[in-house]
Amino acid sequence: MVDLSTTLAGATLPNPLMTASGCAANGKELHRFFDISRLGAFVTKTVMPAPRSGRGTPRMAETPSGMLNSIGLQGPGIDAFADEDLPWLASVGARVLASIAGGTPDEFAQVATRLLSSPAAASVSGIEVNISCPNVASRGLVFAIDPLASAAVIAAVRAAVPAHLPVFAKLSPDVTDLVTIASACLGAGADGLTLINTTLGMAIDLDRMRPHLGGITGGLSGPAIRPIAVRAIWQVRAAMFAERIPTAPIIGVGGVASGRDALELAAAGASAIQVGTATFNDPEAPVRVLDELAGLLDERGYAAFADVVAAAHPERRRQ
Amino acid sequence: MSGAAYPVGVSARDVAHERAPVRSSEPAGAYQHLVVAAPAIAALARPGQFVAATVGGATSGMLLRRSFSIHAVDPDAGTVEVVVAAHAAGTTWITERRIDDVLDLVGPLGQAFPLPDGGGAAVLVGGGYGSAPLFWLAQVLRQRGVHVEIVLGAASADRLFGVALAAEVADAVDVTTDDGSAGTRGWVSDVLPEVLARSGATDVYACGPMAMLRAVTEAASAAGAAAHVAVEEAMACGVGVCMTCVMPVIGADGRTRMVRACLDGPVFDGDRVRWDAFGDGLCRVPDDAVGAPQAGGH
Repeated sequence: MVDLSTTLAGATLPNPLMTASGCAANGKELHRFFDISRLGAFVTKTVMPAPRSGRGTPRMAETPSGMLNSIGLQGPGIDAFADEDLPWLASVGARVLASIAGGTPDEFAQVATRLLSSPAAASVSGIEVNISCPNVASRGLVFAIDPLASAAVIAAVRAAVPAHLPVFAKLSPDVTDLVTIASACLGAGADGLTLINTTLGMAIDLDRMRPHLGGITGGLSGPAIRPIAVRAIWQVRAAMFAERIPTAPIIGVGGVASGRDALELAAAGASAIQVGTATFNDPEAPVRVLDELAGLLDERGYAAFADVVAAAHPERRRQ
Repeated sequence: MSGAAYPVGVSARDVAHERAPVRSSEPAGAYQHLVVAAPAIAALARPGQFVAATVGGATSGMLLRRSFSIHAVDPDAGTVEVVVAAHAAGTTWITERRIDDVLDLVGPLGQAFPLPDGGGAAVLVGGGYGSAPLFWLAQVLRQRGVHVEIVLGAASADRLFGVALAAEVADAVDVTTDDGSAGTRGWVSDVLPEVLARSGATDVYACGPMAMLRAVTEAASAAGAAAHVAVEEAMACGVGVCMTCVMPVIGADGRTRMVRACLDGPVFDGDRVRWDAFGDGLCRVPDDAVGAPQAGGH
């Protein structure tokens, strides 16, 4: 048996597979198809301070090997999440990586504080700070394109969260130099990084001759962006090997639909893998990918998942 | 692939994920009528629910499921029937499946049509192939002693679905076409007031485009009948996780929320839907919806 466990900044998970934020709602929907406590962690839909309707429709456009979405962070707000969704997740034994967002660094901190006041706070294994959702009003001005703004959010969340609870910064690939942003986040107290959020795209409805999405632009996801995720993970992990930035765990996400895809992100440097858009195609995708990954590791003679993390980097191959 | 249907994933009490071999596929006017072997779905489904199918096969670049209302089930034979219009590449792929080709189906999904206790009269209204679930519903209603009338409308005669079938399962049938190539020239809403008046229906069931559902709701309200409408929203997953099929609906507390058509629908009470939000192929968030965008938007 391959040891599938993974350790993320002190949080040990039984396996590296997770849902991706915004691709799994808050658990009940997928729990009809598989036991979500089988996952290393369940990543919740980004929760903000207040209830939020999201955008009008169309919110979705299928694109080659992917899709665009402009949901607009629809959600119940942190009070309902902390009082209803999180206790439900705890009741089925899920380990929760809670995705949070706000309009200002203070709002992020308030959401984190309220989250941890939930009676089910013990189910929270970590906090994923979504500073990179493209579907916000100030699009193009997401925190994650500015190192100072990113650092301000992470510092505020870090200060609001007990030291034992890891904080991950979820970053956008739509930046000139990802390592600079990663460095700012780690410097501000992030324990790890989630790479990558969707990349901004657009489709045009040629019959109506107007943007297809109600939100005009949207986040591109699915296998189409997997090479971007692999590149981003590789670049940041390489900067860690080169000691340009502190070494910290990376959670890889972007276009994973199979065990082989998960292995690719791990080999680039990811210590955990999230499955997102593939879940829309196959509601059991997160656990199917887990089973396929375990099979691949076994086939290739690896004793542990940890052995393949960053395995494609020359620094690891020389070891 | 061929052979028997088999489950792909672990099935809960109320939903299944099956590999469903095609048993038959026949043209029906402008549409394709498929019968597939999906025994777990057939055993669970009720009229108004839908299935979601992947398209293009295992190496397909089309990732999103296509949703189809269930036309009929035969729990004894273990079959599920759907009616598909070849709109674009994905739906065309489905219409091109032949016997023993396999569809990957999740279902049954969504809320079924609510059924009256029994007796009385109901009118069932279908636009185009939106009529697909109504014949099964008609049979279930008649088993409960309900007098059933069916109104079918489409742009033209070839885009009607189930006119002959309607005659078998309903007490009366009316047909309308935009171009007059079959039945009365005009829309279903042109004949509906008269049908409602003569039948004394207390419930109207409808499936079709949004504009038709709105018109049906208005005609039902005017006649003092309840409208139960099944929407045809674009969905990516069908199971409630992608949040793309939302629409504004008034809840029991009187407040409007953007709810998922795949989970809270596809059947809604017509008088709960915020029809004012729809137009020109878009649906906006009403200003009074819970969490609606403030100045600057979302």
